[in-house]
Amino acid sequence: MSKGRYGIHGGQYIPETLMNEIIKLENAYEKYKNDPEFVAELDKLNREYAGRPSLLYYAENMTKDLGGAKIYFKREDLNHTGSHKINNVLGQCLLAKRMGKTRVIAETGAGQHGVATATAAALMGLECEIFMGKVDTERQALNCYRMELLGAKVHPVTTGTMTLKDAVNDAFKEWVSRVDDTLYVLGSVMGPHPYPMIVRDFQSVISREARAQILELEGRLPTAVMACVGGGSNAMGMFYNFINDKDVRLIGCEAAGRGVDTGETAATMATGTLGVFHGMKSYFCQNEYGQIAPVYSISAGLDYPGVGPEHAYLKDTGRAEYVPVTDDEAVDAFEYIARTEGIISAIESAHAVAHLMKIAPEMSKDDIIICNLSGRGDKDVAAIARYRGREINE
Amino acid sequence: MSKISDAFSHGKAFVGFITAGDPTLDTTKEIILKMAQAGCDLVEIGIPFSDPIAEGPVIQNANIRALSNKVTTDDVFEMTSEISGKIDIPLAYMTYLNVLFRYGYDRFLEKARNAGISGVIIPDLPFEEKDELSSVASKYGIDVISLIAPTSEERIKTIAKNAEGFVYEVSSLGVTGVRSEIDTDLRKLTGAIKSETDVPVAIGFGIGTPEQAKKYAAFADGVIVGSAIVNIIAEYGKDAPDKVYEFVKSMKDAIKDI
Repeated sequence: MSKGRYGIHGGQYIPETLMNEIIKLENAYEKYKNDPEFVAELDKLNREYAGRPSLLYYAENMTKDLGGAKIYFKREDLNHTGSHKINNVLGQCLLAKRMGKTRVIAETGAGQHGVATATAAALMGLECEIFMGKVDTERQALNCYRMELLGAKVHPVTTGTMTLKDAVNDAFKEWVSRVDDTLYVLGSVMGPHPYPMIVRDFQSVISREARAQILELEGRLPTAVMACVGGGSNAMGMFYNFINDKDVRLIGCEAAGRGVDTGETAATMATGTLGVFHGMKSYFCQNEYGQIAPVYSISAGLDYPGVGPEHAYLKDTGRAEYVPVTDDEAVDAFEYIARTEGIISAIESAHAVAHLMKIAPEMSKDDIIICNLSGRGDKDVAAIARYRGREINE
Repeated sequence: MSKISDAFSHGKAFVGFITAGDPTLDTTKEIILKMAQAGCDLVEIGIPFSDPIAEGPVIQNANIRALSNKVTTDDVFEMTSEISGKIDIPLAYMTYLNVLFRYGYDRFLEKARNAGISGVIIPDLPFEEKDELSSVASKYGIDVISLIAPTSEERIKTIAKNAEGFVYEVSSLGVTGVRSEIDTDLRKLTGAIKSETDVPVAIGFGIGTPEQAKKYAAFADGVIVGSAIVNIIAEYGKDAPDKVYEFVKSMKDAIKDI
């Protein structure tokens, strides 16, 4: 077995052309992750640029309205650039600089990772190119233009389903073509080792803060923590520092699209099988011959046919639970949290909110749930209006 | 010597690639026959995959065409067993690891051997992960072909020493596809590989003309051509077999007296 394994999952299933580059990245990460200067620089960026620590907010209205567990939101939506993605890109772009790279490339689904990468690249003086499925450039047009404002070049990807999976394909192809000066800043806890580990480590700031914050506010650990799962970066960040707290339930909410029994779904945990794709062994939506399935979700950020290998392992061991949430449920939750708490959340995060609305009323008033609000929803407003039959100009 | 290595024992070898089921499985069979008649020494049969991340647009589109014809792995096994007895050159499958993994390594390799396959080429299976497949493939006498790239550097030694069948020397960074210029110092890279192994070395990625084939066959044991053949198939469809024959013959003629 090779490096980067989570049980049977993970590994490094990539073309030989990239192997040395992946090894260089791993060595650079091992060298700098505990380097006091690197750590101090990242910490300063997190505090003074990204706005960390993010708030842990007690959602009193929802707690009262749902009438069960006490609800807290970890407000990653309040970070600079509007999502948790900044946590990872600041780390990876800083690493790119240390490695002597002058150019970064990235894939993006909803555009949040693309915007975050373009932002960090602008800040650190790196050239930046983003790969985004053509369908996503249309349903997330606002984020697309934001990336251009930030000086990035956006490549609309026209192969396959023209969504996140295809953007990852083309980002890998671009990296194979130009490795010397370029780092592929992968946006989720997926791909070949060391990416699942690097992205998890940079995102684990979410649960490191949340754990300390809840202990200070409540003097005890939560009953459950939850987050939406596409590739799984915000969920891994939310889970990581609670994994050893065996009594804390870890709940991942994946995108069921129009329903897990419809075929128009992106619920990898509910409908996927073991496979090898995008550099990793994990669960994937695929047919009996291993052809990767076209997946669907209203949420461009969760519209991905696989899941990170550490999530696959947490599922195998039973340490984490994964549940599917449909488009309809997510849109209802999107509207509910806006009305009830005055928060317009990303449609991705609304998948977690939807499941929270199901389980909170069944829990007692002594229970505490922390739900990660991974991003803000400005980018989704026009699409939700369309979903409700209203055409508005962005 | 394995059947794959044997393909390199009649002078410089020409290795041709086609995607199974593009445009139809019957045409694929006809093309393989014609390639063998034209002097092709080894045919790589691509099993179509939905997301071929090492391929440029030409072969990617061939994959899409084959999959839209609903070509499955089982269909490719059947096609292969119908053709393999009619030719005396070795055949290899080129596809992505998930196609084998999902089918089950044992089940896949047994059916491949029974269909007349001697090797597999898997671009997303680097040396570090190779064991899980090669430990099973050796049971069926199937070579797992190793790839070496211009970026391999100090990895060349380990990969070359463990190579079987032949070494697939990737000429350039990037994906498959015809290139007018290849920047890599291939003479040097080939020399570095050959100093570590006696297994034959063939160069692929970017080769599309007899001139290029001749240039690289001067120091390598063979050349691999994919996109240039797939381009002909894309243009001529069911009428492609004779056109492919002419092309393969011109390539083989260019290298046979080196």
